[in-house]
Amino acid sequence: MPAIVPAEARPHRASAFLHRHPGVRLGALLSAPMLWYFVMYLAALALLFLTAFWSQDSFTSQIIRELTFENVEEVLTTPVYRSVTLQTIGVAATVTVLCIVLALPAAFFAAKVARPRARRALIVMFLVPLWASYLVKAYAWRGLLSESGVINWVLEPFGLSGPGFSTVAVILVLTYLWLPYMILPIYVSLDRLPNSLLDASGDLGARAGTTFRSVVLPIILPGIAAGSIFTFSLSMGDYIAVSLVGGDELLLGNVIYNNIAGGGNTPLGAALALVSVIIIMLYLLLVRRTGALKEL
Amino acid sequence: MPEATQVSPTAEVGAAPVAVSLRGLSKSFGDVVAVDGVDLDILDGEFLTLLGPSGSGKTTVLRLIAGFEMPTAGGIELNGQDVTNRAPFERDVNTVFQDYALFPHMSVLQNVEYGLRVKRVPKGERRQRALEALASVQLAGFDERKPAQMSGGQRQRVALARALVNRPSVLLLDEPLGALDLKLREQMQVELKQLQRQVGITFIFVTHDQEEALTMSDRIAVFNAGRVEQVGTPAAVYERPLTPFVAGFVGTSNLLQGTAAQQVLGNAGVFSIRPEKIRIANALDAPADGEHAAAGVVREVVYAGAATRFVVDLEAGGYLVALQQNLQTSSMDVLSMRGRQVQLIWRREHETPVG
Repeated sequence: MPAIVPAEARPHRASAFLHRHPGVRLGALLSAPMLWYFVMYLAALALLFLTAFWSQDSFTSQIIRELTFENVEEVLTTPVYRSVTLQTIGVAATVTVLCIVLALPAAFFAAKVARPRARRALIVMFLVPLWASYLVKAYAWRGLLSESGVINWVLEPFGLSGPGFSTVAVILVLTYLWLPYMILPIYVSLDRLPNSLLDASGDLGARAGTTFRSVVLPIILPGIAAGSIFTFSLSMGDYIAVSLVGGDELLLGNVIYNNIAGGGNTPLGAALALVSVIIIMLYLLLVRRTGALKEL
Repeated sequence: MPEATQVSPTAEVGAAPVAVSLRGLSKSFGDVVAVDGVDLDILDGEFLTLLGPSGSGKTTVLRLIAGFEMPTAGGIELNGQDVTNRAPFERDVNTVFQDYALFPHMSVLQNVEYGLRVKRVPKGERRQRALEALASVQLAGFDERKPAQMSGGQRQRVALARALVNRPSVLLLDEPLGALDLKLREQMQVELKQLQRQVGITFIFVTHDQEEALTMSDRIAVFNAGRVEQVGTPAAVYERPLTPFVAGFVGTSNLLQGTAAQQVLGNAGVFSIRPEKIRIANALDAPADGEHAAAGVVREVVYAGAATRFVVDLEAGGYLVALQQNLQTSSMDVLSMRGRQVQLIWRREHETPVG
């Protein structure tokens, strides 16, 4: 029996075909992102993983593609790598804690105190730093922190001096760089917290501090954890800010960079990169318990 | 129970002492005046309802009593003590919120224990009082559940238990039944009233539902545009409304005014007559002694199961609504009344001048 097709429906044969074949439709939707994800992302990571178990000829700098545990062993047994790793974890943890301390009141003000118009302005203010180039911001801080920079100039009359190029400067700059990634998820979870819960807690006799500890904090903990995934992992991997304002400071990212791009030992760099990946994985497992991954 | 309260700072109204006293209470949000000079004495142990349409200021008054908002002007006394500038945690009142405001990360028991925990009541006593409170709202055995695992009606009971376990001198209820379906709401109305009699705590109940207010309250304060229009027992507010607003908001507005009032009653004021007080009679029937009558034509008949509403256009102008119980009639009988010439008859004492 010939199908009766309205005239205006004829040009949409492709759409009709896709409508009848959901599998093809799904394929068309996902092929590009999946290709990107597998080739560019997972394949690159797998290659890095593999490289960690190769070695490098010290004369020709040629990579010898034979399985060896030399690099992993060296990373695990050399004291300097251990101290650099611990130092990096320390910096990343400090940056994360500082970001939480700064983000909580800012996000609370925006979500619970500010009027709608001020709230929108604040959110834009939180976001603007994200739209500026990372390098511009890092170099701006280099200028601020330098010997003759604004920070020293302001502090000098009080007989004080700024941190200069140091670990403190690295923590300062990384906190500045990643703060928006902490404010936004905390803001979102505070925004979702009904005001009546705060009223109820006060009504039942709790002071502000108790309300914060017993009601607000447990409810927004997943948001804080989600923000900390950003601040922690971004700090773990950073090497540019460290090289710009860190002075003599050397973090894991710098060691990896020097080995892979700086003419060092690529397989050793890859093994060090694995350390960083494993630490971040462990951190993710830790925060998963708070339900933070559902919050992303 | 007194019919209305007097504005006097030392008012000792009737026998019971005053639990909450509002004096010239006002609250503005920017240019918007939400509460405009409210004077009200709420007696110890009474069930007082703040009734009004949304935006009339009733919820703001409740929030002012709880301490969530600070008044722009005026004062609040709780058991004779000025609490106007005290924080919520310094006031001997507890609130049941419209959305229940249960803490989602705590179990039912932890929710109920919360007030006692922050007041450092020892653990044993805390647990026992919380379990008792849960039993008193028929939720024994639910203590380990999370609020999300409970129905609306159950959450409502948890909220009640969480407030009552603190034994406040005044319980504030902000439209607590609004989110429940009709059957459950009617059941909770009865239970709430019983509970209030049991615990003997002053209940201040906010609602926009006039029926709820009439069934539950000892007294009703009718709010309109930030002011109290009338305070009195349900019967007083219903049968003797003081203003056209109260006549219209509590029950069906049924006003006789202007020339129609002049012709029918011999008085040109505004009068409210409740629909169920009006009898529909034959066009030729004459009113007895102490009765008034108005002739008219039935314009509309609305059959509603237990009763029927008749809208009657009066010869004198305007219209009145009459409500008749369907004692013997069926929907067929009453629907045939449309267009018929009738006589509306009511007793004179049921005419209430409303300003």
